[in-house]
Amino acid sequence: MSGLSRRRLIVSGLSAAASVTGVGAMIHVAGRNGLIPPDHTGLFGVGETLTYAAQRVIAGDLALAREFSRNDISTVIPMNGPPPETDTYQRLLDGEFRDWRLQVDGLVTRPRSFSLADLKGYPAHTQITHQACEEGWSFVAEWTGVRLSHVLELVGVDARARYVVFFPFDRFWESIDMADALHPQTFLAYGMNGQELPLGHGAPLRLRVARQLGYKSIKYLSRIVVAESMADFGQGLGGANPEEGYSWWAGI
Amino acid sequence: MPRHSLVVRLTHWINAIASLALIVSGVAILLAHPRLYWGETGAVGAPSLIDLPIPFIFGHSGWGRYLHFLAAWVGTISGVVYVSAGIVTRRFGHELLPSKAEWSWTHVQRVIVDHARLRLSAHASFQSYNVLQRLTYVAVIFVLGPLVLMSGLAFSPMLASATPWLVGVFGGQQSARTIHFFAAAAIVAFLIVHVAMVAATGFTARMRSMIVGDPGSAAEQL
Repeated sequence: MSGLSRRRLIVSGLSAAASVTGVGAMIHVAGRNGLIPPDHTGLFGVGETLTYAAQRVIAGDLALAREFSRNDISTVIPMNGPPPETDTYQRLLDGEFRDWRLQVDGLVTRPRSFSLADLKGYPAHTQITHQACEEGWSFVAEWTGVRLSHVLELVGVDARARYVVFFPFDRFWESIDMADALHPQTFLAYGMNGQELPLGHGAPLRLRVARQLGYKSIKYLSRIVVAESMADFGQGLGGANPEEGYSWWAGI
Repeated sequence: MPRHSLVVRLTHWINAIASLALIVSGVAILLAHPRLYWGETGAVGAPSLIDLPIPFIFGHSGWGRYLHFLAAWVGTISGVVYVSAGIVTRRFGHELLPSKAEWSWTHVQRVIVDHARLRLSAHASFQSYNVLQRLTYVAVIFVLGPLVLMSGLAFSPMLASATPWLVGVFGGQQSARTIHFFAAAAIVAFLIVHVAMVAATGFTARMRSMIVGDPGSAAEQL
């Protein structure tokens, strides 16, 4: 074996060893910093973990979604899917949501429920942001509501909390991590484009997560649960969308 | 065509697999909304730039998106290794950038005319690339590759928040999606020509040289 190829062999061997150690160290650091998504299993899970961790590190917790002017509000705003057909929801709709309550519990010190009037009594937050569907279409709309962080502050979030789980009147439950839950543009919207939130857009209350695709901003909210792990919810993947094959992290 | 180093051969095949996965998954995602727009927003009912002549087919973007982003990671990491190795070993300078003699228009013209007349063997060496190959590889590696990656990242809502200038460069999130589509289409066109040229100029020897590094005795008969 010539000196040159021996040197190349040693360099290649060291590079390979460094790569394996580097990947191992990255996984360790990612796990400790909550950078591993609930749907991290299997081959696709490797890509998901890389994307989630990289976007969290690059964007940080506080990067803000772009806000637009009223002139940018889209004239065409599709409604995706019908409102829930359950009896409970229909009864609340018939009563113009006077009897509707948002239950907030889980890892909180003061679990309670909120009426629509309660939520409208808190400082209102309005933003004009872009929302894209994973299918490829998108629109800009103005949303009004109360910051999720405000509601979470009222109920007192336990230090162990890592996820906030959202249950609507339909089957599309979802979850977000604490970084997104406490983000200033994450809020519970009861108004859209200066009106009450229309039926097809999630009346009486929907979530808005400005830095993720539309399917995370679930409609028709009924209950919010603060949790330490997603393992106890459904299949442990963090939502109905991941259970149907759509990634939990929708920042891309 | 120079003798391919181990790094070039490994990253070539990793990128071949990643590209195939990206194309298949990209089509799966596109089927959910085969329309292209310009600007920030776009939806059915809003003015579109191009309605692709394929039907809306839903239900494939879930696995499509999982596979697309996994393959994008693999392709990007492999691409960075390939480019770094090419720069460190100075092989890009010698083997991919056209030499001074090749920069003459009459030379480029002659190579184009020969290719148009399908007189490929005159320029199909196993020792070095001709000027059209050099220009094409440089364009794919340094223009189309980065363009398809950056335009794809520009319509990620998280990155649109962290790096809004990236959206601005492409003129909006829907514009970025449209540019992503055309950059990807250009890469597909390159891949078709690439494989056709390999088939037309000594398939076995060229495959051999990209797998084991040496074109073998078959190359000498060409």
